Amino acid sequence: MDFADETPKLLMLLYGLAAFAVVVGGLLVLLDVVPNWFARRREAALVAASAGGPAAAAGPRPRRRSVANRPEGALALFFLLPTLALLAIGLVVPAVRTTVLSFMDGGSENWVGLVNYRWMFAQDEIFGILTNTLIWVVLVPLVATTIGLVYAVLVDRARFESVAKALIFMPMAISFVGASIIWKFVYAYRSGEYDQIGLLNQVWVMVGGEPRQWLNDPPLNTLLLIVIMIWIQAGFAMVVLSAAIKAIPGDVVEAARLDGVNPWQMFWQITLPSIRPALIVVVVTVSIATLKVFDIVRTTTNGNFDTGVIANEMYNQAFRFGQTGQGSALAVFLFVLVIPIVIYQVRNLRKQREV
Amino acid sequence: MTTTTPPALAGTQSVATPPVTRAGRVRRRLNNPYATAASILIAVLWTVPTFGLFVSSFRPEDEIKTTGWWTAFTNPQFTLDNYQEVLFGRSASSGQLAGYFVNSLVITIPSVLFPLAFAALAAYALAWINFRGRDWIYIGIFALQIVPLQMALVPLLSFFSEGVSLGGVELMPAWNLDDEEKFVQVWFAHTCFALPVAVFLLHNFISQLPKDLMEAARVDGATHPKIFRSIVLPLIVPALAAFGIFQFLWVWNDLLVALIFAGGGSETAPLTVRLAELAGTRANEWQRLTSGAFISIVVPLIVFLSLQRFFVRGLLAGGVKG
Repeated sequence: MDFADETPKLLMLLYGLAAFAVVVGGLLVLLDVVPNWFARRREAALVAASAGGPAAAAGPRPRRRSVANRPEGALALFFLLPTLALLAIGLVVPAVRTTVLSFMDGGSENWVGLVNYRWMFAQDEIFGILTNTLIWVVLVPLVATTIGLVYAVLVDRARFESVAKALIFMPMAISFVGASIIWKFVYAYRSGEYDQIGLLNQVWVMVGGEPRQWLNDPPLNTLLLIVIMIWIQAGFAMVVLSAAIKAIPGDVVEAARLDGVNPWQMFWQITLPSIRPALIVVVVTVSIATLKVFDIVRTTTNGNFDTGVIANEMYNQAFRFGQTGQGSALAVFLFVLVIPIVIYQVRNLRKQREV
Repeated sequence: MTTTTPPALAGTQSVATPPVTRAGRVRRRLNNPYATAASILIAVLWTVPTFGLFVSSFRPEDEIKTTGWWTAFTNPQFTLDNYQEVLFGRSASSGQLAGYFVNSLVITIPSVLFPLAFAALAAYALAWINFRGRDWIYIGIFALQIVPLQMALVPLLSFFSEGVSLGGVELMPAWNLDDEEKFVQVWFAHTCFALPVAVFLLHNFISQLPKDLMEAARVDGATHPKIFRSIVLPLIVPALAAFGIFQFLWVWNDLLVALIFAGGGSETAPLTVRLAELAGTRANEWQRLTSGAFISIVVPLIVFLSLQRFFVRGLLAGGVKG
C-alpha cells in the first residue's frame, strides 16, 4: 500500500466530515434563529390583539389555539428541508424520469411507445429472465421463512439459544458478494481425475457421482444461486419470528399445556396463528429483497448460463449495453411487481389493527 | 418492540407443568433428540461454508488449489501469505485490497452520518411539530420505501454527469467529478436511498416518547430546536445506534450503488466491487478470493457481533431496506 495514494481519499473523507459539521451545525443554528423571529412576531400579534380591546379578544376566533397546538409550518419546513430536498432529487424525480425513459429508445431521443415493454415479453432470453425471477421470488421467501421458523421453534428456550441463533444470523452481516464467493467455493469444480476442492462435488463424488460444473447447467444453477439467498435470509426470518414467538403470552401457552396438547398441536394451533402478522412481514420483506437481487447473480455467473434475473438484466441493459429505454422498462416492471406485495401487506396490517 | 418473556415466568412454567404421564414422558424423550438433531444439522449447514472458506484462506496456494479444505485437519499447513499478497501485493493481478479497504471506509462513514442527522430532524418535525399536511408528508416518505432503487439509477447518474436542463435552460451544471471526488456521488446516492427507511424507523421511536415530557418542555418555554437537541437526541441514542449499524452494514456490503456511482477505479471503488471483479476474472485464484472475501467480511462481522443487540432491535422495529 502506498500512502501517497491514500492521502487524497482521506482528504475527501475530511471534506465530507467538514461538510457534515457545517450542514448539520448550520441547520441547528438557523433553527435557533428562526423561532426567535417567530416569537417576536407572535408577541407583536398579541400586542395588536390586546390593543383591540377585550371585545375583539372575546369575539369568534377560530384560529385561536394553545401554545402547543399552534401551527408551526415554517419551522417544520426547516427541519424537513434536507430530507425532502434529497428525496425529491434522489428518488421522486428520478423515478418519474425512469418511467418516462422507458417509453423512449436506447439513446433517450425518440418516443417509441410500448416497444420496450413488448421487447421484454417477446424475447425468449428476457422471458427466461422473467421466469427465473418468478422462481426466485416463490422459492426464497417460502424456504427461508420455513427454515427460519423451524429453527426458531427448535432452539426456543434451548440451552445455547443465543449462540445457536448467532450462527444462523451471521450471514446477514456478510455482503452478498462475500456470500457468493463462499458458495462459489462450495460449488467449485475440478475434473474427475483430481481431488475435489469444492465441498458439494466432494460429497457428490463420495456418493458415487461424476464431478459436475454445478453453475453451468440450467435450471439447476438457478436453484443453487437461490440457495445462497436462502442462506442469507433465513437468519432474518429466524430473528423476527423468534421474537414473535417469545411475545406469545405465557398464559396462552400454559392453558394449552393444561389442556394436554402435544408439541405438534401446540405449533399448529397456538404458535402459528399467534405469529401470523410477523410471518407476513417476513415473507413480504424477503420477497421484495429477492425481487431486487443483483449482487449474487452478478458475482457468481454474471447472468450467463440462463441464470439472469430482472435486476441484473436491468443493470446490463442500462449500464453495459447503453439501452436506457429497455433498462428503464425493466426497472418499471420491477416496481410494478413490488406494488401488489406491498398492498397486500398494508391491507393485512390494517385488518390487524381493526381486530 | 416485542420483548422476551420475563425469566420468572419461564421458571414458573416449568414448575407449573402438569404431572407428566409416562406416555408423555416417552414422547418428549423421543421428540427432543430429533429436535436437537435437526437444529444442529441446520446450524452445521449454515456454518460450514463460511468455515471452509475461513480455513482455506490460511492455507498455502498449492494446497488450496489441489486438495479440499477439510484435509487441513489431517495435514495442517497454515500461512498468512494469502492475506499479505491480497492486501499489499504490487502486481496487477493481486488484489491490492488495502486501498479498496480505505475506499470502503471513506464511503461508509459519511453515508451513515448524513442520513442519520437528516432523518432525525425530519422524524422529530413529523412527530412533534404541528403543521398542516404533516400526515401526508409522512405517508409520502413512508411510501417511498417501496420504490426500488433501480428506478432511480439512470436519471441520478445523468444528474451527476450532465446536470439538469429544462427546455434548453441549464438549471444546474454537470458536476464533472473525477477520481476521488466521485466519493461525493456515492455519499449523495446512499443518503437519498437511506432516508425513507431512516425517517420511518426514527419516527416510530421519537413519536413514542412521552407526551407529557414534550408538553412540559414547551410550557417551560423551550423551543423546538432546544427540545430536539437537549431532550430528544439523548433519548433516541438507541434508535440512532440501531439504524446506524443497519446503514453501516448496508453501505459496506453494497455493490450496485458503488458500481454505478463510484466508478470502477482503485481511487473510489469499495471492496465489494473489487471482489466481484476478482471473482469474475480470476475465478480459480482461490488463495486471493478466500482471503479477500474474509477481509471484506471482517469489519461487518465485528460490528455485527459486538452490537448484535442493537442490530436485532433495528430489524424488529420493522425496518428492512432493499
